[in-house]
Amino acid sequence: MSALPPYATTGQRVWYYSFRVICGLIFFFLIAPIVVIIPLSFNAQDFFTFTPEMLRLDPEGFSLKHYRDFFSNDSWQSSMWNSLKIAPMATIVSVTFGTLAAIGLSQPHVPFRRAIMAILISPMIVPLIISAAGMYFFYSRIGLQGTYFGVVLAHAALGIPFVIITVTATLVGFDRSLTRAAANMGADPVTTFFRIQMPLILPGVISGGLFAFITSFDEVVVVLFVGSAGQKTLPWQMFIGLREQISPTILAVATILVAISIMLLATVEMLRRRSERLRGMSPS
Amino acid sequence: MSDTTQNGPVLAADGTPLKRSLAKALRMQKMRALMLIAPLLLFILVTFILPVGDMLFRSVDNRIVQNVLPNTVIALESWDPASTEIPGEAVFAALAVDMKAAAEIKVHTKVAKRLNYENPGLASIFRKSGRKIRKWDVENEGPYKERLIELNDGWADIELWRTIKTYSGRRTMGYFLNAVDMKLGAEGVTVRPENERIYNTMLIRTMRMSLIITFSCILLGYPVAWLLANLPTRTANMLMILVLLPFWTSLLVRTSSWKILLQQQGVINDVLVWIGIVGDDNRLVLINNELGTIIAMTHILLPFMILPMYSVMQTIQPTYLRAAKSLGATNWTAFWRVYFPQSVPGIGAGSILVFILAVGYYITPALVGGTKGTFISNLIAYHISTSGNWGLGAALGAILLAVVLLLYWVYDKIVGIDNVKLG
Repeated sequence: MSALPPYATTGQRVWYYSFRVICGLIFFFLIAPIVVIIPLSFNAQDFFTFTPEMLRLDPEGFSLKHYRDFFSNDSWQSSMWNSLKIAPMATIVSVTFGTLAAIGLSQPHVPFRRAIMAILISPMIVPLIISAAGMYFFYSRIGLQGTYFGVVLAHAALGIPFVIITVTATLVGFDRSLTRAAANMGADPVTTFFRIQMPLILPGVISGGLFAFITSFDEVVVVLFVGSAGQKTLPWQMFIGLREQISPTILAVATILVAISIMLLATVEMLRRRSERLRGMSPS
Repeated sequence: MSDTTQNGPVLAADGTPLKRSLAKALRMQKMRALMLIAPLLLFILVTFILPVGDMLFRSVDNRIVQNVLPNTVIALESWDPASTEIPGEAVFAALAVDMKAAAEIKVHTKVAKRLNYENPGLASIFRKSGRKIRKWDVENEGPYKERLIELNDGWADIELWRTIKTYSGRRTMGYFLNAVDMKLGAEGVTVRPENERIYNTMLIRTMRMSLIITFSCILLGYPVAWLLANLPTRTANMLMILVLLPFWTSLLVRTSSWKILLQQQGVINDVLVWIGIVGDDNRLVLINNELGTIIAMTHILLPFMILPMYSVMQTIQPTYLRAAKSLGATNWTAFWRVYFPQSVPGIGAGSILVFILAVGYYITPALVGGTKGTFISNLIAYHISTSGNWGLGAALGAILLAVVLLLYWVYDKIVGIDNVKLG
């Protein structure tokens, strides 16, 4: 695929270029819906399409008013703070439990490994509406429904599969003789863990944490059921906005969220390469 | 190999037989691994598995009738629902006692609501009578049969008694039967009339649309995965960002973007009008229907198809294709008979993943699906949060969960859950 050989027939040439065009269109389909909202969010009008002024690149057509609205509107601000209060806590809980369990799961002899793995990954597979309804009933019964703590626990449960997957993947290449060498030199298991194993698997742990963070930060179904008005998160506010009175402020929020995703993606990619280098694999 | 020699078993340093010592060490290792996993397992059990189980239990739970009308249920035991006579005085007297007790703590409305799901109209009979019976003396003001029927002639309807009798057990299949458009009556299980069948339609629509979405994802994902797997690593990594960015972008951002793009005054329609494909007066209806859901969900789930396909295609040796061609195969034969069969595991893994995720989707159909493009999840949400018929919602959820878990099991068999890749 790298390049066309000089002896390619016309048919091959046509296919080669048309295939690239097709792929280009699919990439366009993937990325355009995300990119298009960025210029739209600077619209000076309350429209959801490009105004003639914007198409002429007239500065009159652009403004920051939707961003100003986002930063001055109380309900948007309180929902942003709620998100920022819930997501980090949920991440800490899932990373702590998840990393321990992932280390346990990568030991050479684990009874019922497959079954345990299936249970731990299930929050990712079970349809969100079922998890949400179940948590709603169960958490109301034990008094967690409508509390900050309840939402954190629910989000932590949803984030755990991502931590398990990324950390176990990092541990696949982990050289176990390193921990044995440490033990041999007199380190106790806790020291071995924090000074030998943890630095090596840290990139995997951090990317698992970022996955858990974005899961909680984006989550809307479960928080709709488990949370109450006091835990209204950013996605919840967006969901209401989209269903009832769709306001252009959503575009500004969406643009900010896209910027956050780009940063997270860049961090995860960097960490993945670093982790592969640490484990002596050639970074791909 | 035998662990005994002529001088008896091999001993470890502390004098125990080596075999036992090794077994002990292995047991210790297993224990340590389990100790590390245990906190998380417990956590998932309490925060996730128990809630889901609790909800599933609601789909068969029918204790409300027995709890509210205990005497009536016992008195009804001797009554034959196939007879044409309504029950006698004993049952009515028991009912009066139960209703007075229930009305005093206002739980008669709960049983009214429960029985109303099975036989619409019962709720008002229970509510109206409950209010009056509260003031009765239920010990010695009989005969209650006449008085109750005088109060509300609904009590003389044999169908009411058949419904109570049918739903007097602690467990019921009623919700599940409702969920598949059937009905449990006194005469057994019957299929509902055609104009009342909504749940099967919904279930089939969910399956059909999820299949369409899965196929569109295969169609769009395959060329991209192929290109990524065959480009030089540097270029492939650059292009991979275009696949991973949607994956990392908030679901609501992508959904709102589609909502804005697809509307009649939206960007897509504007472009089409500008090119001249459609007239300004008959802009395409792309949203609040099945098409809107399919377009948006294909876009949202496409990365989940491309990533597994890509990781399988990376392992396919390009030399196989060259070998096939040098043996005289045309481009198409080489692809179809050599490359494609090797990429099937990737298609399988991606398809199951996309299908599992699509079947349970809630947010996107709710926002861009209108009424025609909603999924079974939306119906479950409606029953849990709006109509209050939790049992039916739970039964629909149980059916959906069964489908998903079956596919999850297949996925585990074919791909293995530890092989899931996240970018």
